[in-house]
Amino acid sequence: MEKDKFTIKDLNLFYGDFQALKKISMHIPEKEITAFIGPSGCGKSTLLKSLNRMNDLVEGCKITGTLLLDGEPINQMKNVNLLRKRVGMVFQKPNPFPMSIYDNVAYGPRTHGIRKKSELDAIVEDSLKKAAIWDETKDRLKKSALGMSGGQQQRLCIARALAVQPEVLLMDEPTSALDPISTTKIEDLALELKNQYTIVMVTHNMQQAARISDKTAFFLLGEMVEMNDTETIFSKPQDKRTDDYITGRFG
Amino acid sequence: MKEAREFIMKCVFILTACVSIAAVVLICIFMFANGIPAIAKIGPLNFLLGEKWKPMNNIFGILPMIVGSIYVTAGAIIIGVPIAFFASVYLAKFCNEKLYKILKPAVELMAGIPSIVYGFFGLVVIVPIMQKLMGGSGKSVLTASILLGIMILPTVIGVAESSIRAVPDSYYEGALALGATRERSVFFAVLPGAKSGILAGVILGIGRAIGETMAVIMVAGNQPVIPGNLAMGVRTLTSNIVMEMGYATDLHREALIATAVVLFVLILIINLCCSALQRRSGQ
Repeated sequence: MEKDKFTIKDLNLFYGDFQALKKISMHIPEKEITAFIGPSGCGKSTLLKSLNRMNDLVEGCKITGTLLLDGEPINQMKNVNLLRKRVGMVFQKPNPFPMSIYDNVAYGPRTHGIRKKSELDAIVEDSLKKAAIWDETKDRLKKSALGMSGGQQQRLCIARALAVQPEVLLMDEPTSALDPISTTKIEDLALELKNQYTIVMVTHNMQQAARISDKTAFFLLGEMVEMNDTETIFSKPQDKRTDDYITGRFG
Repeated sequence: MKEAREFIMKCVFILTACVSIAAVVLICIFMFANGIPAIAKIGPLNFLLGEKWKPMNNIFGILPMIVGSIYVTAGAIIIGVPIAFFASVYLAKFCNEKLYKILKPAVELMAGIPSIVYGFFGLVVIVPIMQKLMGGSGKSVLTASILLGIMILPTVIGVAESSIRAVPDSYYEGALALGATRERSVFFAVLPGAKSGILAGVILGIGRAIGETMAVIMVAGNQPVIPGNLAMGVRTLTSNIVMEMGYATDLHREALIATAVVLFVLILIINLCCSALQRRSGQ
């Protein structure tokens, strides 16, 4: 019996007067990969950012409805920093900090109060290993992270997110800025990580969703059209619009 | 026809570029041609390390002025940079839009105030306060440092703020997404990216402070001796030139030009440090 990590019910989201999300209801299962697909501007990234309240940064953003993490309402959480510790995020464009590889990974743990060198060393090594980038970085931990390739940077960002021991990993089109080989590495990594983490991934790439996700949700113009097992979505979509999208008739 | 016009325009551009470079070159030639012989006549060591400046007796040692310039500049940096640093962080990252619309023009206005006005402000406001607090004339290293510290604020704030703004938002968002507070995100993820820009601002501030003349003359006391403490008067390289150029003749006059050479070299060193630092942080 699978457990729900996120429960979303009748979620509406407004940017000022513009309604970006309309009555979204869905369950995101624990320790699986859930993919959000849909054309640009359909609200999938917006929904993703609601899950760790990165939308708080956007002025005039208003949310109604229910949004639960392990049964706890996200928008009433007092400590948003703790929420973001539990729900990590990897961005579309790799965004390593302008500091050494080690300091990048250690940023999160340090933020949450870990100061001991030996502890930090262990966390950094463990996180880099989990993100499958340890072998490439172990000899250059003190070098600037900005000197790495885009694919390496993105895996470093995943390692950085893992270092705070999150429960969920949100990925906002994590491979759209990367070459095919790096993309494969990130996808393999996601498959590896889902044993321990709940992963929610926004992607423009339908093959990617089909390859790695367990559940897929299709969004259109702020509505969630359909959500189901990935196999079902891609083989027997219920809705005509989903069918049109995945067969490439628009989008 | 078209080609001819292009050729003419090309010449115009080259000419204008040459004019501005020629100004720098001419200044250098003038200074070195007049200054170097004077330094040779006085003796480089006597000139640079001499502790006595007595033009009447043909003793020209400018060490007090070199030390004086370094003291007031260092003082200005110690006082001004922390204020400018936090002000620029506030303006770039924490200030709401309404307040920004007031604060930013105010800072820009500071840059536009003529230095003589700062001097008056120092003379009328800071000097009496220092008189009460520390005794003496109130014109001292400390007074000059405070005034210069205020004067470099707009320079440092302007450059530092724009370099903080130039850091991609993705650093800020990335840090927030790790559960860092706003303050921690700004100070430990955004600011490292703005390091070289902030440093450039500080160095510009140093250049401004070391080159400042009028305001310093009014509040520094201008005694050509190495000050023993913060409450003593001090004379800088710039004020040395301005105060005596009017009546100086012969070797005295050349010694003042040589003072300008020393100032020029100091500023050159500062600029070289600046570009070296930027190159290193760029790697």
